[in-house]
Amino acid sequence: MATVATADEKKKGIDWGGGNRPLGGVRYGKLMMWFFLLSDAFTFSALLISYGMIRYSHEGYSYEKTYQVEQYGLNVPTAHVVMENGVAVTKKGEFYFSQKYWPVPEKVFEAVPFLHGKSLPLVFVGIMTFILIMSSVTMVLAVEAGHRRDQRDVEKWMLWTILGGIVFLGSQAWEWTHFIVGTDGGGALRTSGDGRNLGEVIYGAGLSENQYGPTTFANLFFFITGFHGTHVLSGVIINIIIFYNTVMGIYARKNDYEMVEKVGLYWHFVDLVWVFVFTFFYLV
Amino acid sequence: MSNIHETSTGEIPKAKTKQIWKVFWILLGLTALEFVIAFVFPPSMWRVGVFVFLTIVKAFYIVADFMHLGHEVKFLVWSIILPMIFVAWFILAMMVEGDSVFTLRL
Repeated sequence: MATVATADEKKKGIDWGGGNRPLGGVRYGKLMMWFFLLSDAFTFSALLISYGMIRYSHEGYSYEKTYQVEQYGLNVPTAHVVMENGVAVTKKGEFYFSQKYWPVPEKVFEAVPFLHGKSLPLVFVGIMTFILIMSSVTMVLAVEAGHRRDQRDVEKWMLWTILGGIVFLGSQAWEWTHFIVGTDGGGALRTSGDGRNLGEVIYGAGLSENQYGPTTFANLFFFITGFHGTHVLSGVIINIIIFYNTVMGIYARKNDYEMVEKVGLYWHFVDLVWVFVFTFFYLV
Repeated sequence: MSNIHETSTGEIPKAKTKQIWKVFWILLGLTALEFVIAFVFPPSMWRVGVFVFLTIVKAFYIVADFMHLGHEVKFLVWSIILPMIFVAWFILAMMVEGDSVFTLRL
């Protein structure tokens, strides 16, 4: 750890105002980025805490059980219904959407662009995860190139990272559209305020009702993936600014690529949050 | 820290990307494993535990290697990790709380 700052170091802001470097040479900007990320992690945790609480205060669908159907032929095919002690129930393992229980994620997220009507559970979200991990890798490669003061490599990897971010945002836009519009056959039946079955099929999802399950299911989907998507969007914008600065030679003149590292921290954080969203929303 | 003083007048050193790609394959492998588990095993508390464990392993690799936290000073590492441990407990506690709300509603 350096104790006395040279004039050169002071100019570059390597040393803090007090003239030394606390925390083993971590520079002020980077430390503040870490603290910002910690506070942002609290915000995301609040959303995940709400999700955990609400998810487990609802009944989860089980393939091992049979469920009573109020009205079949509408959203539940007659062939999937059997009579049990005079009550119409679904056959075991025949999933259908209902507001009574939390849906199984692989039955909700099973659509893939250009493959309309095919059931491909979690394939698209898997592709999205791969894109985000990949863009995280290109970001580390940009940071690594910055350590070597290799401007051309930084430009190349930043561009790949931006591209990955944009593709991810496009995928999410498609996913949201599909989620909002809904499936061809619709899903759960509409209930009145006092819980009566109105005999109408719900198509798609909004904030007041959705075809997949309890109202809060869609609400949490919109809030959690939406908040994450906003982070990806701002990350892409910041990445574009950093890319522009790199191309303009600003970091080469300063001989210091730490800005790439700082924005890299933010981008990895976005990837990190997705890892958690993926587990809690799509797998559990 | 010391390499800050190296100027770019000389030749650009070769890229050292072995570790980065190693972490990439670990992340990809763990995600693939999660997919396999999601389709092979029926939902259960045990399965949720495995998912959470694998997620934490992935988070460890992203934070320690990609975000370089593993190479920072201990004080910085703990000031980031310690609050998050409490948050992890909070998430778990509220899941249990939600389950108890569900039981009370029945």
